[in-house]
Amino acid sequence: MSVDKETVRRIARLARLKLEEERVEPMMEELNGILAWVEQLKEVDVEGIPPMTSVVEQRLKMRDDVVTETDHADALMVNAPGGEDHFFVVPKVVE
Amino acid sequence: MSDLTDFTLAEARDAVAGKKISAKELTQGFVTAMEGARALNIFVTETPDIALKMAEASDARIAAGTARPLEGLPLGIKDLYCTKGVRTTAGSKILENYVPQYESTVSQNLWDNGAVMLGKLNLDEFAMGSSNETSAYGPCISPWRAKDSKTALVPGGSSGGSSAAVAARLCLGATATDTGGSIRTPAAVTGTVGIKPTYGRCSRWGIVAFASSLDQAGPIAKTVRDTAILLKAMASIDDKDSTSVDLPVPDYEAGIEGGVKGLRIGIPKEYRVEGTDPEIAAVWEKGAEWLKAQGAEIVEVSLPHTKYALPTYYIVAPAECSSNLARYDGVRFGHRAADPKDLIDLYERSRAEGFGAEVRRRILIGTYVLSAGYYDAYYLRAQKLRTLIKRDFEEAYKKCDMLLTPATPSPAFAIGEKIADPVTMYLYDVFTVTVNLAGLPALVVPAGLNTAGLPLGLQLIGKAFDEATLFRAGRALEIAADLKAKPQNWWSQ
Repeated sequence: MSVDKETVRRIARLARLKLEEERVEPMMEELNGILAWVEQLKEVDVEGIPPMTSVVEQRLKMRDDVVTETDHADALMVNAPGGEDHFFVVPKVVE
Repeated sequence: MSDLTDFTLAEARDAVAGKKISAKELTQGFVTAMEGARALNIFVTETPDIALKMAEASDARIAAGTARPLEGLPLGIKDLYCTKGVRTTAGSKILENYVPQYESTVSQNLWDNGAVMLGKLNLDEFAMGSSNETSAYGPCISPWRAKDSKTALVPGGSSGGSSAAVAARLCLGATATDTGGSIRTPAAVTGTVGIKPTYGRCSRWGIVAFASSLDQAGPIAKTVRDTAILLKAMASIDDKDSTSVDLPVPDYEAGIEGGVKGLRIGIPKEYRVEGTDPEIAAVWEKGAEWLKAQGAEIVEVSLPHTKYALPTYYIVAPAECSSNLARYDGVRFGHRAADPKDLIDLYERSRAEGFGAEVRRRILIGTYVLSAGYYDAYYLRAQKLRTLIKRDFEEAYKKCDMLLTPATPSPAFAIGEKIADPVTMYLYDVFTVTVNLAGLPALVVPAGLNTAGLPLGLQLIGKAFDEATLFRAGRALEIAADLKAKPQNWWSQ
């Protein structure tokens, strides 16, 4: 399988990654180089093989359903670009 | 005073604990070395003030008789570990101004053991690379040079700052992380020791995520003993990481002189890969002879799916990366594009401006293999391959206790040599990546120098949670190799 320019534009959009038009073709070639290489996995018969879900056999831990982290609002805002008070700021989304 | 930096971590520990030198003296020695080595671009952020303050606190503890196991020992921290109040970049422009408000569990464990932080170490952007060349802060340069050459070599990656700092004697040990070889490749090409522990042995909490089912923290240090000491301090059972395993952490150092008598060492025939440097193939054979001479039994084993490990990895890792890196949106933290025309534009431009070429490439591959219509063909198939790769190891371990393999297909290469073609760079991890897919522990130990005088490493792959036996066998290799060489200081200013 390989990707065309339209697919590259579509996945860039899905990934929310701006791709300038002149970068679409080189990116297509790079991705196709990698995809052509992973193609060899098709040689392997995986019929009836379960997909791996965890490398270490362990049951997920349970914990008490209690609040352990509280009042971090100030700390959470320290790194927010354009944050004001305890609000994250984004461009207007509703007209 | 420069000889202080030649101490191994164990020697420094004993000197500080025995009050032969103060923690402050020791730390000052490393601060001076660090500040004089800026030509190597090893530290993204130096924290000498924090280091000296921590050292003073250590001296007070030693005086009071309440010293802890790593009291006063200066370490470097890979800039992927969140450090409270100290900028953490993950080698990316997108986190250029990010100052964590919390401490990663592993680094907190080290501070709780008395260690001293010298600064944050360079790495490939989001740990995606094998040479430290994808860092937004510029490549880190290896202290090693080939004989009669001034060509700048890579220190391996992604933990290139960690390996270079240890090899250049700028710290006693360093934290690192390994998703496909990022501890072991750098250790191998810099003549240092590195261990990727079993998945779940060290908490991932507070370490910037790349591929969560593969990421694992571990140390790089000068010797097997030092590495064992550091892993003991770094590992813990952590409620903040649901994949952290509920097993007590053994005293790894206690057993390292146990020898290899009676151990069965497997040689996987599929690791005789075409294109492997003949000097590495030779050191691999020598390694097997060394272990045999010390009483181990050498057996040939087969890991039939080895050749599929790298392509499997380059589906699984980008898929998880595309998901993990979705959090960088220009809103809550990280780089934010100027004057966005709407919310989508804010997301798309913040991410495109903040991420470098390799990260963008992996996000797109990951998005593609997870997208509707392609999931079964790529991601699901890769997860099935992962089961087969893990089964290979389970079969092999019926015949042996651990495996001995090369660590890299060639010694350190020149900066710029492999960066142009992604797949060429990916192939450099051919011997390391299988271990991450199977969740197993693996230790890299320096085994010799090539004719150009560059270090070559060997890898020991163990059974899950059997790091203790790996350290024993690694120590046996270390004794046999008896490597005294270290890079000559050409970088000091």
